[in-house]
Amino acid sequence: MSLLSVENITKTFEDTEVLKGIGFEMNQGEVLSIIGSSGSGKTTLLRCLNFLESPDTGTISVNGQLLFDASDKGKMTEADIRRNRLHFGLVFQSFNLFPQYTALENVMLAPRLLAKEQGNLKDKEEEIRSQGEELLRQMGLSDRMTNYPHQLSGGQCQRVAIARALALKPDILCFDEPTSALDPELTGEVLRVIRELATKHTTMIIVTHEMLFARDVADHVIFMDGGVIVEQGLASDVIDNPQNERTKKFLSRY
Amino acid sequence: MFYEVTLSLIGGFVTTIELFVLTLVFALPLGLIISFGSMSRHSVLRVPIRFLIWIIRGTPLLLQLLVFYYGPGIILHTNIWGSGDEGRFMAALVAFVINYSCYFSEIYRGGIQSIPKGQYEAGEVLGLTKSQIFFKIVLLQVIKRIVPPISNEVITLVKDTSLARVIAVYEIIWSGQAFIKSAGIIWPLFYTGAFYLAFSGLLTVLFAAIEKKLEYFR
Ligand SMILES: Nc1ncnc2c1ncn2[C@@H]1O[C@H](COP(=O)(O)OP(=O)(O)OP(=O)(O)O)[C@@H](O)[C@H]1O
Ligand SMILES: [Mg+2]
Repeated sequence: MSLLSVENITKTFEDTEVLKGIGFEMNQGEVLSIIGSSGSGKTTLLRCLNFLESPDTGTISVNGQLLFDASDKGKMTEADIRRNRLHFGLVFQSFNLFPQYTALENVMLAPRLLAKEQGNLKDKEEEIRSQGEELLRQMGLSDRMTNYPHQLSGGQCQRVAIARALALKPDILCFDEPTSALDPELTGEVLRVIRELATKHTTMIIVTHEMLFARDVADHVIFMDGGVIVEQGLASDVIDNPQNERTKKFLSRY
Repeated sequence: MFYEVTLSLIGGFVTTIELFVLTLVFALPLGLIISFGSMSRHSVLRVPIRFLIWIIRGTPLLLQLLVFYYGPGIILHTNIWGSGDEGRFMAALVAFVINYSCYFSEIYRGGIQSIPKGQYEAGEVLGLTKSQIFFKIVLLQVIKRIVPPISNEVITLVKDTSLARVIAVYEIIWSGQAFIKSAGIIWPLFYTGAFYLAFSGLLTVLFAAIEKKLEYFR
């Protein structure tokens, strides 16, 4: 059974239909890369998966559990949405770190608040801290834990953001152009940690314009255009040997 | 004479400080509530609140003091403020609180709306509740941004309290001016200026310290 199953997602803003029936599946431990030109709906799709947008139609299931069904979304409470979100993590293009917290505090904030809500923050505090430190170490930030975001480079900020998303142990970690806001020399360090996560079989959906990286790291690739999936398949097939004319045209630019 | 003047001015200054402190105590939180109203998605709430803010910010505080004090008596034919000094103080306090909460609400609104949407969304995808996002993520960033404009308003308030004399609240300038009539001397008025300078100087130092405290992040 697939880990994530997305069916017939549509989303219209005012009168532009941005997603026109998106459906795909992915397995545990797989890396899926979504490519496509600007405005094709990639960000909107990730935002739907993270419940930042509410799709007009379609369903989202994780581990066979139906998390979202547009036909009865009226019944969803805020608590439902929050619980659903914990299946997904999202790393933004612009990091969105919390400026008043150190790197470590950024990573610990959500687990702490969750533990506090469950009434066991006292017991968990130590565990949350050591887990946060471990995550930052994995991101190569051992010596940056007590720095505030404004004291970090873009690449370091993005790695803190990745650690922050991992701290809640999401089933699926989503990245929206994680290196687009970075100077070329900082791109490499972020791609390196994502690559490392891939070798550890972290399930990831990565929206990216880095074609070489996508071919290298992703198992599967989805090419989107105009709100639909035009082509999908093994990364090497889609990127090296595209079948659809639109895919070919898009890839010829890289 | 100096001793006598000092005692009298201190008496007036106590009233000034009372008005100042109580106005802040009520107007700072009330301003936050008004700012939420002015940002509400529901126009039944938003439109009247924006209208109120426009009226209050668009007319002189002096006029508002007179209307708040005399208005109820003339329109309702009852004295809602109670009698004597206390009644006049109450009327002045209510006028100040309403006036200043409207100004504060606009500062809060500017501060809240200047926080990037990404901060809220980052909190949301981490599964935080709306109130956790407000209190744990947004609030301190808002405070950092509004400290300078709030500090301006607060220092203006120190001086604005003197307007309360128009409805015979015996604040410090009233006490100082009394000596012109009774003793034919003007220096007590300058002396009141020294009180204002000392107090606003103290507040300036205090706000500078708060700004400094919040400098650790950007
Ligand atoms: N909140 C919104 N309201 C109205 N239109 C929107 C909104 N969000 C996105 N759109 C529109 O939806 C379309 C797809 O946007 P989206 O950001 O998903 O594209 P994208 O594939 O991520 O593009 P890029 O590669 O530039 O990031 C665009 O035409 C955009 O203008
Ligand atoms: Mg995008």
